[in-house]
Amino acid sequence: MSGHESSYTPNTGFEKWLDARLPIIRFANDTAISFPTPKNLNYWYTFGGILAICLVVQILTGVILAMHYEASIDGAFASVERIMRDVPYGWLLRYIHSNGASMFFFAVYIHMFRGLYYGSYKAPREVLWILGCVIFLLMIATAFLGYMLPWGQMSYHGANVITSLFGAIPLVGESLQTWILGGPSIGNQTLQRFFSLHYLLPFMIAAVVILHVWALHVPGNNNPTGVEVQDVEKDTVPFHPYYTVKDAFAIMLFLMLFAAFVFYAPNALGHADQAIEANPLVTPAHIVPEWYMLPFYAILRAITFDIGPIPAKLLGVIAMFAAIAILFVLPWLDTSKVKSMRYRPVARQLFFGFVVVCLLLGWCGAKLPDAPVIPALQGEDILVVSYTENGQEATSEYKGGHEAYVDAKRFMDSLPADSTPSLAAVAPKTFQFSQLSLILTILYFGYFFILFFVGLTEKTKELPESIHKSVLKRHKAPTATAVPAE
Amino acid sequence: MTDQTAHSQDEGVDEDRRNFIHIATGAVAFGGVAAFAIAAVEQWNPAADTRAASSLDVDISKVPLGGEIRVLIGGKPFFIRHRTPAEISAAESVNVATLPDPETDEERLRPMADGTFNRAFLITSGACTHLGCVPVGPTQGNVGAYGGWYCPCHGSQYDTSGRIRSGPAPTNLPIPNYNYVSETVVNISL
Repeated sequence: MSGHESSYTPNTGFEKWLDARLPIIRFANDTAISFPTPKNLNYWYTFGGILAICLVVQILTGVILAMHYEASIDGAFASVERIMRDVPYGWLLRYIHSNGASMFFFAVYIHMFRGLYYGSYKAPREVLWILGCVIFLLMIATAFLGYMLPWGQMSYHGANVITSLFGAIPLVGESLQTWILGGPSIGNQTLQRFFSLHYLLPFMIAAVVILHVWALHVPGNNNPTGVEVQDVEKDTVPFHPYYTVKDAFAIMLFLMLFAAFVFYAPNALGHADQAIEANPLVTPAHIVPEWYMLPFYAILRAITFDIGPIPAKLLGVIAMFAAIAILFVLPWLDTSKVKSMRYRPVARQLFFGFVVVCLLLGWCGAKLPDAPVIPALQGEDILVVSYTENGQEATSEYKGGHEAYVDAKRFMDSLPADSTPSLAAVAPKTFQFSQLSLILTILYFGYFFILFFVGLTEKTKELPESIHKSVLKRHKAPTATAVPAE
Repeated sequence: MTDQTAHSQDEGVDEDRRNFIHIATGAVAFGGVAAFAIAAVEQWNPAADTRAASSLDVDISKVPLGGEIRVLIGGKPFFIRHRTPAEISAAESVNVATLPDPETDEERLRPMADGTFNRAFLITSGACTHLGCVPVGPTQGNVGAYGGWYCPCHGSQYDTSGRIRSGPAPTNLPIPNYNYVSETVVNISL
């Protein structure tokens, strides 16, 4: 809490001299050593520290990779291969950087879900939450720009799909798209500006992280009970050593997972098409973004119908951006005064449902929209004969194995010559991923709107009086008869 | 601000002079920022060499019957399709009123120098109007359900006139600006 008194006393003459000129040691001490932190933070609260490590890892490896990377459409792909083969430890640095992006998003999603669960977005932490959303947005932009740089097939065509989204925006869309591309299509000029911005944005993230930590230190940490600190003596412990050690332990576990990917499955989260140099004339059969964008990609593709004058494409773009924009206004959508879901039985169930919806959206994003959700329920293909009759198009359907083919052929032969019949095998209608995506998209947005009404009517459980009372109760209740507290 | 100055030195403060200095300084600063912003924003636009590479002469005489060639102009793909008589009649016999984006086949061709149409050659954009993927065609062995092109990304089907027939794409494949320089050479520009 910013209000807490500084516990720093400069001891040496140099410290006193510096403290009067630039009180940087005092600042570090009050921010990271003596900062009073709720004593009941669990391991879900370690992801902030983990994310700081992720950002440092990405910047360090990224700066080094930039020394060997060539931002030109003729040289980019080869320079990445050179990093992998010829640059000493280049393979390691690149695998850390590419897997680091995945680990970064993995950690940020847990961090965000933790904030959602414990109500960390509510007063007085709205600005803290919004700054976090800004960081998330910058992370998405940075990851998108960076994915272009290896100049693989998925780089090129993924960027093509995403930049064409901007073209769907009315009035300014095409100019905006031209500005992003710097020409009629993705070319050398696009790669160069993407590289420049990919280098810039992480430092903007770092700047917003500073604001984020500042905004955290004004009201202090939220905690699993959602009850604010009342007595600094009883409710808090100093950040060091209690949370430096707890965070460090979690960071070690996280780095082990990170290393497991880097050394044993460095390409598990990537896509095979990225190993092919970009070719503007051949689109990969199935364009998918990296896994961390899949839920948003599913929302983008979920809307396949026009609403009034708004075309489906624009609706998809609106829905995708709204899926992120709605996070910014969440502090005012959730009407409940109780922060933590621990004490909100209804909202808690909805929260877990929301997590499942997000995971399923990711699944949808990875699949072709017209693929069946449950392939076992998809029946046999139907043979459809299309022909023209009196200037009108008509169709005739045949089901059931090769007999249907014989029937269809006989029917085609019986038609007059000018009816231009053609035969096609069509999969029967079934529950498709595009339909599942639409349902999940509605549920995604529904969660935020339902929170508004649940907050007004929900009967919440009794809140603990204070953080330390809740801690004591948790440790006493099951062990009242036996084990003494350690 | 006025309070402070009044307290500290109530004598000899010329408010008009001070305001003039503030406004003049602010105006120069604003002008400087605006002047830089023009350069910073304009540089996003396509450069002169990028714009110059936006048209191409293509020899269409080598395109095999029933096949197509694909050219890149300014990085954008274009299809030049040599249609068979059956494909031409399929494109012409469709009831235009039933199409999602109604256009007759003739509206999608450009006349030659003598004013007649070369119906055998269809020249269209090669970017699916949905999200810009490049559809597959006769060269890739898949022409979709309507004999034209099939977009593998999200399943849009185009007919032999490049018109959208089914799938998420909103409009027909656009026809680029092109003209017949001679019987066998077309000039295509963005």
